[in-house]
Amino acid sequence: MTSSHPSDAQAVSASSSARDAALHDVGATKPVLANPLTEKDETVRSPDLETREYRLQARDVCVFYGEKQALFDVSLDVPEKAVTSLIGPSGCGKTTFLRCINRMNDTIEGCRVTGKITLDGEDIYDPSLDVVELRSRVGMVFQKPNPFPKSIYENVAYGPRIHGLARSRTEMDEIVEASLKRAGLWSEVKDRLRESGTGLSGGQQQRLCIARAIAVSPEVILMDEPCSALDPIATAVIEELIDELRAHYTIIIVTHSMQQAARVSQKTAFFHLGKLIEEGPTEVIMQTPRHKKTQDYITGRIG
Amino acid sequence: MASPSSTSIKAQADRRRVRVRASLGRRHLVEWLFRGAGLTAIVIALGMVVGLFWIMISKGLPAFTQATLSAEVTFDPDIITAGPPPVRESGQSEADYRAARMAWEGQVARLNWNALVEQAVRNTAPAGMEVDRRTALALVSNIDRHNLRDMFVANPHLLGRTVKVDLLASANTDNWLKGTINRDLPDSRQQLSAATRQLADALYADGKIRFTFAWQIFTNTDSRSAPAAAGLAGAFVGSLYMMLIVIVLAVPIGAASAIYLEEFAPKNRFTDFIEVNINNLAAVPSIVFGLLGAAVFIRYFGLPMSAPIVGGLVLTLMTLPTIIIATRSALRAVPMSLRQAALGIGASHNQTVFHHVLPVTFPAILTASIIGVAQALGETAPLLLIGMNAFVAAIPATPFDKSTALPAQIFLWQGNENRNFFEARTSAAIMVLLALMITLNALAIFLRTRLERRV
Amino acid sequence: MTSFIVAALLLILLGLSYSQGYLGGRALAATGVRLHSRPRYHGILVAIWCLLPAILVLGAWALLGPGLMRAFVMSYLPPDVQELGPHQLNAAIRRVEAIASGYGVAGAMEPWETAAGVALRRMREFAFLVVIASAAGLGILGLLFARRRISPRLRARNSVEWLIRLLLLACSVVAVMTTLGIVVSLFNEAIQFFTFVHPFDFFFGTVWNPGFSTTGTAAIGQYGLLPLLWGTVMVAGIAMLVAVPIGLFTAIYLSQYASGRLRAVAKPVIEVLAGIPTIVYGFFALVTVGPYLSRVGSVLGIGINATSALTAGLVMGIMIIPFVSSLSDDIMRQVPRSLRDGSLGLGATPSETIRRVLLPAALPGIVGALLLAVSRAIGETMIVVLAAGNSPVLRFNPAEPVSTITVTIVNQLTGDSDFSGPQSLVAFALGLTLFMITLVLNMVALYIVRRFREQYE
Repeated sequence: MTSSHPSDAQAVSASSSARDAALHDVGATKPVLANPLTEKDETVRSPDLETREYRLQARDVCVFYGEKQALFDVSLDVPEKAVTSLIGPSGCGKTTFLRCINRMNDTIEGCRVTGKITLDGEDIYDPSLDVVELRSRVGMVFQKPNPFPKSIYENVAYGPRIHGLARSRTEMDEIVEASLKRAGLWSEVKDRLRESGTGLSGGQQQRLCIARAIAVSPEVILMDEPCSALDPIATAVIEELIDELRAHYTIIIVTHSMQQAARVSQKTAFFHLGKLIEEGPTEVIMQTPRHKKTQDYITGRIG
Repeated sequence: MASPSSTSIKAQADRRRVRVRASLGRRHLVEWLFRGAGLTAIVIALGMVVGLFWIMISKGLPAFTQATLSAEVTFDPDIITAGPPPVRESGQSEADYRAARMAWEGQVARLNWNALVEQAVRNTAPAGMEVDRRTALALVSNIDRHNLRDMFVANPHLLGRTVKVDLLASANTDNWLKGTINRDLPDSRQQLSAATRQLADALYADGKIRFTFAWQIFTNTDSRSAPAAAGLAGAFVGSLYMMLIVIVLAVPIGAASAIYLEEFAPKNRFTDFIEVNINNLAAVPSIVFGLLGAAVFIRYFGLPMSAPIVGGLVLTLMTLPTIIIATRSALRAVPMSLRQAALGIGASHNQTVFHHVLPVTFPAILTASIIGVAQALGETAPLLLIGMNAFVAAIPATPFDKSTALPAQIFLWQGNENRNFFEARTSAAIMVLLALMITLNALAIFLRTRLERRV
Repeated sequence: MTSFIVAALLLILLGLSYSQGYLGGRALAATGVRLHSRPRYHGILVAIWCLLPAILVLGAWALLGPGLMRAFVMSYLPPDVQELGPHQLNAAIRRVEAIASGYGVAGAMEPWETAAGVALRRMREFAFLVVIASAAGLGILGLLFARRRISPRLRARNSVEWLIRLLLLACSVVAVMTTLGIVVSLFNEAIQFFTFVHPFDFFFGTVWNPGFSTTGTAAIGQYGLLPLLWGTVMVAGIAMLVAVPIGLFTAIYLSQYASGRLRAVAKPVIEVLAGIPTIVYGFFALVTVGPYLSRVGSVLGIGINATSALTAGLVMGIMIIPFVSSLSDDIMRQVPRSLRDGSLGLGATPSETIRRVLLPAALPGIVGALLLAVSRAIGETMIVVLAAGNSPVLRFNPAEPVSTITVTIVNQLTGDSDFSGPQSLVAFALGLTLFMITLVLNMVALYIVRRFREQYE
């Protein structure tokens, strides 16, 4: 039940052999232009350039909304203490996949998930698993900043409070301060912790939401296009923040913007029409994509 | 890689895991209780609906059948001594003929029709049973003699003939046979004398008294002297008049003011005031509208008491806000692009509203109107203040005549002294009222789905 | 016959004027000039110009005619008849009218009656001809005038649209007039009442004992509002105690937990409760709930009256459930989904999300909804009329009969069209009190709800 090494699951063996093949491929075709593009139906995988741990793994995940299938057999390993970005045109299933990871899809009526997502080897869709605990381990930041209509302090204290993480007021104060500091918001709000969180600017609100997620000390943070409602300056601040957070958390970010994916992430997965088309180190995906659709998307032919 | 802050984060995560796990049991229990409370509330609310309908129906259904005595009635010339009806002679004025006819009918009415009824009951009674006058008359309803008289007036050739007639049993007989009164009560607390009870039981055993469908609930007006014959016809027509007035006045005025406020009115203090005013009017207690009706329509304008015209006007004013608010929200739901498209091709503001916006909202306006009318149909309190709870034994010919209304009739009946009989009859009246309201609402839903599909 | 002629006249005028205007417009258009308005609008404008004067004349006759005719008949009556009382005078006039109509009267006719009848008949025919002729004449004049105004530049459409808007505005003023009517009539009658009873005695009196109007003004009686106000508050309070938990939990379950299918069934079924006429609830309380409560009371050894504040409040609570649940449901659904997701995403259970995020966010709106429900409970009449026991005594035991403001309005005014005594005028003072209480509640509630809606729009 405790931490398990990625190589122990049988499902991984298939993908690791694929990774070997890919490694071979990358080595064989060094010049970018000569890269032969495939159009095959299965996911193209490029190996990671540095050794990483994989505690979060998805295998053959399919999602159905009623009769409609939204995600087809997605398998993905998410590296520890790194940023993985999910890119693709709108409606491609990247947000759906993201929401599977902390089972937020449970809140949508008629949504069904098959396949397996493991966190430390535990299947998160196992009926015996407690979704409350899962979500305390896997935090989420949403597309639009959604601070609660409470004070800044209460917003951050919300998670620790419901989970009973602080045993005393001072402990809570410490958690709030540490979380706000880590979210880079402390200096801006330390004198008005009692004011409403909804009174902050958009970028500040989003950092408040990040602080709120951090306050629970999650292991994984999911971010669903966290900058789509923000102006470029606020976006830059958030991107810097994500880069800092990477040292402590496993982060998965859904983004519309390739530049953002390139700036913040180490690994990138490209989704199209509910399928995971290609995944690999961000540099590889951005510079030498090996699937035709990925290249079309990167070069702006589909979007 | 293993920086100090990173290890502290790991420590925090481990502590979080322990504490979260510790809190889970209690939190899931609270969740379960909370959810259970919600479900209980829904079950209670749904149970109330079911219970209410169940009680009304189980109390009201028996009232739809009534004890009826089939008897042979002889139009005995010894009793009916009024002579032949007058014939209009040439040269006689309409007024004179009417006067003569009235005189004859008056004469007929004064005859001893009870004797006819009495004879008929006695003839039906089992052989050997002594039936005295009071016993016989208590068995059947007071309306029977009027019915026999009306039969004769309509057809004077019945004189001397014997016909089979269904006589309505009295309310007390009905109670006795249905068991709505406790059969073990001592004589002094029974509504019927021992002899009548015995007669009723004997006739019921003979099959002479049967339970037949109580048409009179639908065909008769209210009746005090013959409770068994009391019906809803007068109240129904009174309600019908009021609903017609509401439809004719409230729907166009309501739709027009909604159109004005939503489409034309400039945004200023005055229209703001109108809006606040309408929202507030929708929440004014209905009884206040009754006071308005009593003071303004009856006292100031001198309209008659107890008349459907006043009731209709009061209900119109009450329904107006409902229709306005619903129509406005329907208009608001029409996308701006439709208006802009129409204006863009050169239609005037009026044309845009009347040719493009209004047709789209028509189903919603219709639905709102029907629901408003249904609501007005069940309204009681204001009617009491304008005298519509008066006893009226005639079907109103015009909206200016004295009349009652369905809910007011229910109010009257529930207060009747013959509790045993009228509890069922009131429930029956409630069933009729509810059936009408459900029909109206079902119509609204039907029309909405039907029309919205077409648009 | 006369109405047929009037209808025919109006129809002919309508057809004539519209076609004249339409053809006039068309003829102009045919010459190749660009018209400002389409011929249709010229037609409508001419029709309005033609019909309006005609209708005014006919309306004036409908209003004034009967009075004039009556005066005419009066002039024919012999002096001794004229001096009779109003009833006999009316009877005499009706006889003359019956003779004039040709229907005739029963019995012998006096010579003056015959003469008056014949004269009235002639007068009627004459007056009718004059009215019809003048209506037609004025209509034609209007038509000719409007016909001559037709020109390419005439903004016929604007005039027509202006008239339509005026009509619409008039309709929307009806609601304002209603409020005005309520306020003025209630004030008017209440002030009359306060000439009998001092406002202080009314608003702060603790005894309600209005004698009967038949005993004359010598015994005016006591009109203390407080017992009624207390009864109203008690019944409404019990109703809210029933309706708020059930309604709120229903709303919470339906908006947050229920599947789409359960919601689609339960919501309309519960709303049926709001559509049931209050008289039905009253009857239900009277024949079912009241006796049941009193049986329960006797089992438990506490005396509960069959008609009491408890009975009425309980049943009223059932009635109010859908108001609370529908309004709260709407309000809870207006709280953005993102807040809910935010809380669930942090690992909160649904009930924690509801209690700590959704309810606080929706609180102002829910308070507004509850105030509207209170206002509804205070103004409710039929349930309390039937089930509260009508006992205007200051009592604090909910198991005993009470009376409320609305019940007393009904009792004091029912069947009374002549309200000159304080016994019936007090109904208006009570009505005014009720109106003011609900007005304040409604205004506050509507303001809160409106502010709440704007917050999340």
